Amino acid sequence: MSKHGSRQRINGKLVVHVILILGALLMVGPFVWMVLTSFMSLGESTRVPPVIIPSQLRWQNYQRVFTSFPFLRFYWNTFSTTVAKVVGQVLLCSMAGYAFARIRFPGRDFLFLLILSVLMVPSQAYIIPRYLLMVKFGWLNTLTALIVPNLASSFGTFLLRQFYLSLPVELEEAATLDGCNHFQIWYKVYAPLAKSGMIALAIFVALWSWNDLMWPLIVNSSPLKMPLSAGLASLQGQYGTDFPLLMAGSLMAVAPMIILFMVLQNQFVEGIALTGTKG
Amino acid sequence: MSGINKKKLQDWFWAYLMILPTLAGTLIFSIWPLIQSFYLAFTKWGAFGSYEWGGTVNFERMLGDTVLWQSLRNTIVYTVGSVPAGIALSIVVAALLNTKIRGMSTYRTLYFLPVVTMPVAVAMVWRWLYNADFGLLNHMLRSVGIEGPRWLTDPKYAMLSLIIVSVWSSIGYNMVIFLSGLQGISKQYYEAADIDGASAFVQFFRITLPLLTPTIFFVTVTSLISAFQVFELIFTMIGINSPVIRHTQSIVFYFYRQAFVNMDKGYASAIALLLFAIIMAVTIVQFRLQRRWVHYE
Repeated sequence: MSKHGSRQRINGKLVVHVILILGALLMVGPFVWMVLTSFMSLGESTRVPPVIIPSQLRWQNYQRVFTSFPFLRFYWNTFSTTVAKVVGQVLLCSMAGYAFARIRFPGRDFLFLLILSVLMVPSQAYIIPRYLLMVKFGWLNTLTALIVPNLASSFGTFLLRQFYLSLPVELEEAATLDGCNHFQIWYKVYAPLAKSGMIALAIFVALWSWNDLMWPLIVNSSPLKMPLSAGLASLQGQYGTDFPLLMAGSLMAVAPMIILFMVLQNQFVEGIALTGTKG
Repeated sequence: MSGINKKKLQDWFWAYLMILPTLAGTLIFSIWPLIQSFYLAFTKWGAFGSYEWGGTVNFERMLGDTVLWQSLRNTIVYTVGSVPAGIALSIVVAALLNTKIRGMSTYRTLYFLPVVTMPVAVAMVWRWLYNADFGLLNHMLRSVGIEGPRWLTDPKYAMLSLIIVSVWSSIGYNMVIFLSGLQGISKQYYEAADIDGASAFVQFFRITLPLLTPTIFFVTVTSLISAFQVFELIFTMIGINSPVIRHTQSIVFYFYRQAFVNMDKGYASAIALLLFAIIMAVTIVQFRLQRRWVHYE
């Protein structure tokens, strides 16, 4: 009886593995195809029957991405705006989140709801006047336009406020007795304890910033100020069917985020789980 | 007494200072623009970005704009096609991963890959896979004797193609949320069910699914909102000049087109408000309906 049961369990596990492996192949397949295509010649990519393994590692496609487009510029634009947004948002949201969670002050609930209300509004509902504001400020085709409007974050403020709420109040009392003001209490006592929340937020911001398309498309039409996403889209516009070139460009654009994910896997997963349960 | 007051004032000062950047940023770049959108929706735009008060002209135009209603229909088809399928598949994957299987974190990594991949790049590789003449998909179909369709240029298949990519790229994200929801379900329920001799299948439908409903609710609400705002996928995979753009463009794509290609920011603002209203309505309905199917422990 027990022998029969364990056999059944092993068979069950096998079925589960088979399903998961098939699914995993579907998930990873396009990435493998991206890599393989990026090494093909244009001729190889359009052969019937298809070439699966390129005859040699043609790095030329990667070179062509750099020579036919200011790709390094795209990289720098994406990288620098992402770093600025991550640092800025984590800092601002952490401060605001702390104040909303830990300090009693007049108008607190109203101001918090005001900031939170933005979460319910699709960005299209304010993107046109925001664009007109960029025109007025003379920020079109600058990295400032990509960074500054995105520094304040309702999502981040909410997330970190929840985090500070879950920390014990007693720490604050001890610090107050030492004569610290709230700003000092925040950066000396509470901010270090909210590190995992801030890392989760940093990952979200990095991901959104790296991959965002619509806003850069609207404000930065000059290739010198485009991020990777918009740059890649314009690459497609000009080399529509040169798939080896497009795959080489795509691969280079997505590689940094994939590497970051591989390194910080657990933080990615915990961060998403956090918003799923606390949201 | 005055000491307490001084302390209080000091607290207020620091509180306002600490929320100031976030508050200012939100007011300047989101809330004030939102208010302006309500005004712009009532303006008529001429050449070179000049505009004047137009009353309800944009809303009247909306009523007769068949392209707008078609794009709303496309958005609904896309949402209905991708959200339930994406949620169902990610629950299945999460449930399978939750069976204490070996290599769980490897699977999780692989399924999650599309989530960290730039949507433009995702669209690009899928455009290549879908390519009618040289794409891998049609090569594979041909090898079993099927002549594959022109996925992205045939109006019958273009939307399906988008939905497939959407599901593919959302599974990993939802799976992670479901996985954490599953791990929050107490083992006792399963132990009791084991004693009663309930099969794994029965346990899934009688225990797992009902106790997962709060997570399913959360994922449904957020997925519907983001599906309603689909843009990148259409922009990159179909493109503005495609013959099938009418059959695939979403309401946000049409909004983008009116605002930044046709430069009619008044009409586009009205469309944005319509989108806002729809998303609000759908979300409110979901919260209303939640009592009927969401079980809180």
